[in-house]
Amino acid sequence: MDTKKIKMPYGITGEKIQEVEREVPITEPDGWPVNAQLKQVGKSIKRLDAEAKVTGAARYTSDMQLPGMLIGRALIATYPSANIKGIDTSAAEKLPGVYGIHIMKNEDDREYPIIRYAGQPIVAVAAINEDIAEEAIDLIKVAYERKNFVVDIEKAMTPESPIVYEAAVEQEESEGGEEIAEGLKLEGNVRGPNQGQPRGELEAGFAAADVVLEQTYRTQVQTHNALESHGMIVDWRPDGVTIYASTQGTQGVRDEFADLFDLPRSKVRVIVEYMGGGFGAKHGLGTYGGAAGHLSKMTGRPVKMMASRKEEQISQGNRPNSIQRLKVGVTKKGDLTAIEQESYGTAGVGLGAGVGGVAQGMYTCPNFRTRQYDVFTHAGPGAAWRAPGAVQGIFGLEQMMDELAEAIDMDPMALREKIDPSRIRKAARKMGAERFDWSRRKPKASDTGPIKKGIGMAQSSWWRIHNLNATVEVKLLRDGALEVRSGVQDIGTGTKTILAQIVAEEFGLQTEDVMVRIGDTLFPDAPGSGGSQVTASITPAARNAAYQVKMKLFDQVAKILEVDASTLKLENGMIFSTKDSSKKISFQEASKKLPVSQITATESRTPEYKGDYLHWDLGSVQFAELSVDTETGHIHIDKIVAAHSCGRPINVRQVESQINGGVIQGISYALYEDRILDRNTGHMVNHTLDTYKATYAADIPEIDIVLLEDYNAKSSTDAYGIGEPANIATAAAIANAVYNAIGVRIREIPITPDKVLKALNQV
Amino acid sequence: MEDKHITPKSGITRRGFIKGAGLTTVGSVALQSGVFAGTEKTEEVKKDLGPDAVNITMNVNGKIRKLNIEPRATLAKALREDLQLTGTKIVCDRGSCSACTVWIDNTPVNACMTFAMDVGDKEVTTIEGLAKNGKLHPIQQAFIDHDASQCGYCTPGMIMSTAHLLSRNPNPTIEEVKHATRGNYCRCGTYPHVFEATLSAAKKMK
Repeated sequence: MDTKKIKMPYGITGEKIQEVEREVPITEPDGWPVNAQLKQVGKSIKRLDAEAKVTGAARYTSDMQLPGMLIGRALIATYPSANIKGIDTSAAEKLPGVYGIHIMKNEDDREYPIIRYAGQPIVAVAAINEDIAEEAIDLIKVAYERKNFVVDIEKAMTPESPIVYEAAVEQEESEGGEEIAEGLKLEGNVRGPNQGQPRGELEAGFAAADVVLEQTYRTQVQTHNALESHGMIVDWRPDGVTIYASTQGTQGVRDEFADLFDLPRSKVRVIVEYMGGGFGAKHGLGTYGGAAGHLSKMTGRPVKMMASRKEEQISQGNRPNSIQRLKVGVTKKGDLTAIEQESYGTAGVGLGAGVGGVAQGMYTCPNFRTRQYDVFTHAGPGAAWRAPGAVQGIFGLEQMMDELAEAIDMDPMALREKIDPSRIRKAARKMGAERFDWSRRKPKASDTGPIKKGIGMAQSSWWRIHNLNATVEVKLLRDGALEVRSGVQDIGTGTKTILAQIVAEEFGLQTEDVMVRIGDTLFPDAPGSGGSQVTASITPAARNAAYQVKMKLFDQVAKILEVDASTLKLENGMIFSTKDSSKKISFQEASKKLPVSQITATESRTPEYKGDYLHWDLGSVQFAELSVDTETGHIHIDKIVAAHSCGRPINVRQVESQINGGVIQGISYALYEDRILDRNTGHMVNHTLDTYKATYAADIPEIDIVLLEDYNAKSSTDAYGIGEPANIATAAAIANAVYNAIGVRIREIPITPDKVLKALNQV
Repeated sequence: MEDKHITPKSGITRRGFIKGAGLTTVGSVALQSGVFAGTEKTEEVKKDLGPDAVNITMNVNGKIRKLNIEPRATLAKALREDLQLTGTKIVCDRGSCSACTVWIDNTPVNACMTFAMDVGDKEVTTIEGLAKNGKLHPIQQAFIDHDASQCGYCTPGMIMSTAHLLSRNPNPTIEEVKHATRGNYCRCGTYPHVFEATLSAAKKMK
């Protein structure tokens, strides 16, 4: 491939930004300067779809009504473990208004599904409305052959436990960013270990330490609980299938649907214009998408199948829990000598309950070993949940770092300064600590009254994920209108708006001048919104496509102005020659003179430009200030300072919105949320929103965001994501602050008042 | 009953596995679809439906609308399904998330906890009725300016709560804004921008 050499900014806000040279494909534009010198990119541009959202005009999948549409509802399992001997649908079949019944199967050689958790969908019914579908569900009789079950992770690990799967199972990758380990051993309900990438010699490492600490940390199961539940409308017609999906990946839905029904992908179209939250759980077709497909195929009508709130909480995904044992050695000077990690987690009948790679990769330490096990229980399947694994792993690791710092009488920030190789976190620590005023930190349990204040911090790490399967088409029409088209979806992060900003910047126009059409597989393929990969993947493709359209326009203009196309520039709506400024034409005029009615270009993400990163990961540092009421055990979060990087920020306000959201979900995880299964029945007891406690308005502290710009010169936009990084460090920062407040360490979340009071009783 | 042991063939694939996990469905059991597929059934169905639907009128966003609804229909369902006013969202369907907040005679209520028939001659205002004469309500504009929605699903309910606050309290403190939105669940965590937007709208409305 032909290449050219360009200059690009390299460095972090607050430091001197250098210029580096990169060799890039000749089809790509020159490097942008830093954000301060740009007009659309790096600015807080209003969301293009904000007006639709504030007026109620935005139509979500759950809002859609198609002509002749049937409503699907599911019958879910009453018992957590059973074989089904028979399903009698005869009464339901006779109910007027019922059009189709579909029995779900999970073993190809069995007539009925094997039941592995209470709430598992068994039968789907399509009827003319929801009420009749529900009546039909009530008329269906299922003969269960009940079996023993286990919902408690520690019981499931014992040799006498009932078994969930009798043969080895494998996990398939979703686009949620979770780690996948293949071919692991299954013994009883315990699968593993995933050993990551061990290094060095543990024993020698521990021998070299002055202090070795060993602790166990526990995290709970957290449900995603998006406002719009999982679901789809499938409209199966002889000439092709159209699916309206509440999804965070149009392409993934299309591909799974096509595979399931043995259709060419070209015959399946997936559309999502607005979707009401996903957080990792809405990749792929899902139970209800598949059921709607069968029912629509069978009835010849569109079928809408959305999960109820209860089903959403039970069967549509969750963040697995964890029991993590960490043993870490440190010298008096604050050098880590060895990290040993062992973890068990349950994703119910699913996989992916590890604690991620943060202990392996974040800090300098010559000797490392991890053993991560998945434990099957008779509970709903886990799914990727904003920074899968890392959120759990950091809760343990970052408390351990504080415990080590205390053991060697070092400030927690000073220890991290010593062991953390990341230039980005170094900058984030400095700027965050100034904003937060870390220097006011007092010794633990210093306050004398019943309300004790504490402050703490924690760091996080997430990969700079980008996906080469990210394609964008840019189209210029003769009236000067610009359209951007991609199959990528906007799940609330603002993807639509940033695509317009990128293209507007390239053409010297305003963001609102650019029409963005996304969320439809009619347009070029793009990745799912997972792993914080979309911005890093799709924005370079958009800029490269816009650049190609501009070059084609310049070729036309060069003929009109009789100049060399390579001398042309487009600024503030004018195209002019840099050699002779009298040779100029407005962008509008030039568009009118197009020989055909449109110019289009379609470009994909190209590999990262060769050259150093400032650091390989997307680092963050978060600080928490809180008050613990030692009489009630209640914790009030007073303030969070969140210092983050996401490469070149494209829309600062939208990045801040996502950081706020990550922090708030982190507070919720640290203090409130907990999926509770009844050990006697296997049922989730708190599936309603009033019993599944999460953060509401009254719980929201002041959140102060420090947003770094870090220029790595790796793509034509140099942008990365923020979704997962924002959610990782909060719970550990809160746990560290609780310790600073009360002087007792609580190593298990959620830190509910009963745990605080119990801990205080130990003093 | 005998307790049968399952001995599935070894090495279930992920495809097989996720079927069991309930993350997808597979294998159509086309239950004599012909039995159900009669499209001509629609008419007779209506007659068979429990307590009959009744005709009512309702004042929604200043317009008198005719509705044919079953007595069990909630206001939220009637607005969404019969009037296509889908800005009002149903999330929990039990009064604990406020996504369905509308006003009845200028008082916020959970439309999922209100029977449509109980509205009577009172006036219902939904998110679609907040903008007047093509001009957004100041709180709507403030939500746009302050990026106070992410996925946007809670936004109509948030706006109905905060717009009502401003109608009775032109100078709210942030604590009063939190109080007014204390029942509105936002999973994206957009609350800080909602608070900012509300305080800013209050200033602009003076």
